[in-house]
Amino acid sequence: MAEKKYLIKQVSIFSENKPGRLAAIASALEEAGVNILAFSIAEANGFGVVRALVNKPDLAHKTLTDLGFMVSFTDVIAVAMRDEPGGLFEIARILGEAGINIEYSYAYSGKDGAVLILRVDQVEEGVEKILAAGGTLLDVSLFQ
Amino acid sequence: MWDPRAEEMPVEELKRLQYRLLKTLVYRLYSFSDFYHARMREANVHPDDIRTLDDVTRLPFMYKRDLRDNYPDHLFTATQDELVRYHVSSGTTGKPTVVGYTANDLENWTTSLARSLTACGLGRGDVMQVSYGYGLFTGGLGMHYGAERIGATVLPSSTGNTERQIELMQDLHVTAIACTPSYLVHIGETAERMGVSIRDDTDLRIGVLGAEPWSEAMRTNLQDSLGIRVYDIYGTSELSGPMFTECTEQNGIHIWGDLAYPEIIDPETGESLPAGEKGELVMTVLKKEALPMIRYRVGDVTVLDDEPCACGRTAPRIMRIQGRVDDMLIVRGINVFPSQVEHTLMEIPEVVGSAFQIVVDRKGALDSMLVRVEMSPEAFSDKITDLMQIRGKVAHTLKSSLNVAAQVELMAPGALPRFEGKAQRVIDRRVY
Repeated sequence: MAEKKYLIKQVSIFSENKPGRLAAIASALEEAGVNILAFSIAEANGFGVVRALVNKPDLAHKTLTDLGFMVSFTDVIAVAMRDEPGGLFEIARILGEAGINIEYSYAYSGKDGAVLILRVDQVEEGVEKILAAGGTLLDVSLFQ
Repeated sequence: MWDPRAEEMPVEELKRLQYRLLKTLVYRLYSFSDFYHARMREANVHPDDIRTLDDVTRLPFMYKRDLRDNYPDHLFTATQDELVRYHVSSGTTGKPTVVGYTANDLENWTTSLARSLTACGLGRGDVMQVSYGYGLFTGGLGMHYGAERIGATVLPSSTGNTERQIELMQDLHVTAIACTPSYLVHIGETAERMGVSIRDDTDLRIGVLGAEPWSEAMRTNLQDSLGIRVYDIYGTSELSGPMFTECTEQNGIHIWGDLAYPEIIDPETGESLPAGEKGELVMTVLKKEALPMIRYRVGDVTVLDDEPCACGRTAPRIMRIQGRVDDMLIVRGINVFPSQVEHTLMEIPEVVGSAFQIVVDRKGALDSMLVRVEMSPEAFSDKITDLMQIRGKVAHTLKSSLNVAAQVELMAPGALPRFEGKAQRVIDRRVY
């Protein structure tokens, strides 16, 4: 399917909520030569999940798994956002009107403009609707 | 049956025999053991006061610390030239204890296991891999002689070098294995890694598992994954070693009545409890010569069942060991055993039931219990709501099985400590 090139492999890592865990993850990725392009931490009482877009997801998965971390892949999409007021609203509105739920998201302002990373419940439909509404999705090859 | 006359003895006859053996034992010890003489004097009981089997409750208890205080051999009632073997406990909970055996003691031990292994469906033609440790530990040699007695072929592989054990299991057509339940899990995992299916590529059909507490859920797992039948075995070095097993009914461990007299007591008050009630196991070994045991407080928590067993054996049974008296936690007035927690966690596929930790705290007057548990890698989702749901499910299941609320902390697989010997599951931070 055409949408495949928009599916980006995000690496998710379970982490107990205690000092030094993020440092351990970051240092392992550094040693393996994995670059982190975007990331976020979701935290609950007692534990957290680190989600990251990296340039070498398979290597990151293997490196962290070998260290005993619990790691999984999730498909996310990255939408180029106008870096001005209303940019986020545009995208959220498209998905909202299409009845697509955003499970979580995080954003970063890259050198080519702002990017919104999204995990949605119906990923193919999400891609379709965003493209149909004239939005720009970033190609996986830009990251990985 | 190995010895139908003893194993099917009518209950009334068995009780008369037990009374006779008890009376003889008490007279002998009152006369020849300084320790028991002093204990009975202290408790104000004389051998003449023992007039029925129930009078056993008039006799004082014996404790593990009595063995430690009399290290190494001050409690022995056999002279050194009568002793034919020593075993020494690991000393995980303190100073080691030394157990001595006369030739008759070894004979009774072997007889006990011969009956037990026969009850598990083993006999001539079987090849038994004894993967309990040999040496000072009683498991290896105890099983060894029991299995030889019933005419099985023994492979004394002892512990360790698992890949080699699996090769030998295949090459020598091993049909039974005696080891700890956790070692059998390890063997299963190692076999899988080697590309060997225990079910399809070996002749293994029976496991005799003990030396550590385990659960019914563990039995189901092992039987389903390996395609064999596994039986619980019971014993401690003070009783000689591994002595008693389940029969093929898998419904409790038969305690041979002509060798031992089991009681269940309330660990707090020392009062005898009727069959069916949970409490501490107390054992009187009726024929021991070198190191006699009258009303020995084993410290294991179980239930006695004296209903007739479907197999026809009349010996009473003890149910699966539920924990140690010294492990028993009282949280908000409710007894909690780590083994119960394990049992509950084993039934929840999202977590690793065999690795957990219990932390007990007291805030103000109120106890709080936290259970740390590792998530199964397959259950990991990067959505916080999914993880919260797993945590909620574990907390809910624990609450309904323990009757006391527990906080749950999810950990990554492998995050909790693993134990080679006895697991330390509980961190009790309460200040009394």
